Amino acid sequence: MAQPIATRRSVTGIPTGKLAVWWVLGSEIVIFGGLLSCYLFFRLLYGHWSEESVHTNTFAGSLNTLILLTSSLFAVLAHRAAEVKDLRKAFMYLWLTIGGALGFLVVKGCEWTYEISHGFTIGKSLFWSFYYTAAGLHAIHVIAGAIIMAIISFDVIKGKNLQRVELIGIYWHFVDIVWIFLFPLLYIAK
Amino acid sequence: MESHEPHSEMYYVKIWALLLVLLIISICGPMLEIKILTLITAFGIAGVKAAIVASRFMHLNVEKKYIHYMLYFMLLMMVIFFAGVAPDVMRNEGTNWINAESKALIKEHANIMPYENPPEHH
Repeated sequence: MAQPIATRRSVTGIPTGKLAVWWVLGSEIVIFGGLLSCYLFFRLLYGHWSEESVHTNTFAGSLNTLILLTSSLFAVLAHRAAEVKDLRKAFMYLWLTIGGALGFLVVKGCEWTYEISHGFTIGKSLFWSFYYTAAGLHAIHVIAGAIIMAIISFDVIKGKNLQRVELIGIYWHFVDIVWIFLFPLLYIAK
Repeated sequence: MESHEPHSEMYYVKIWALLLVLLIISICGPMLEIKILTLITAFGIAGVKAAIVASRFMHLNVEKKYIHYMLYFMLLMMVIFFAGVAPDVMRNEGTNWINAESKALIKEHANIMPYENPPEHH
């Protein structure tokens, strides 16, 4: 069967598929970096924002950080298993990572339900607009990552396209890194 | 796939454990209520955690220089884009202009009175 060009060509010495993922992440740096920089500068400029941030749920934020760090561990273990051609283990770790994504979304869903029902909506103030935009954009990335991982897992169990485990892992770790910065900004600095 | 030898599972579990220790420190730091310590434990540790994930989980430490240069370039682009629009977005007046609407909105938000029905702290 013909191999996709992403696995055959390597102009820079880096497989094209992997290079593409890194470029996607490069563009994500601009998106999330711009958003977080705006948030940081607004907070530094307008001290009253801290009055709003005291209402975010530190426990939920911490639990989600723990879940994402653990899912990142599963993602890298899936990559390792794919490298040593342990297909069942790679499949299992991919699904454990997806489980982490679902756990993250459930916690986020409960958190948002509580906040919205208590009047902290996206239109309440600029702080809450940033809160929902940043966390929502991040959650969309979590959902996208989980869907892609699920698709990849069914190829992996058949022993096909094992290099994709590393590629989705790189993406997943980036999603984790974004959360690592969102956590202190939205939940710790009060 | 990568050309380097895969690490053992225990190697990654140890890194994960280190990340959890750093997470606990970043949560406990603000409890001491010392502002500078909160900044260090929250943002300093976030930087350390991100660096560990990038180097050990994403294997950026063994990745080709091309990727490093590309990431630095994109960070630079972000700074340029931000610096380009920040004066308009972050400020509400300059030498020859004033954004009265924005100024009024900021003033309104700065004067927000305590909530009529204070929501529960969770």
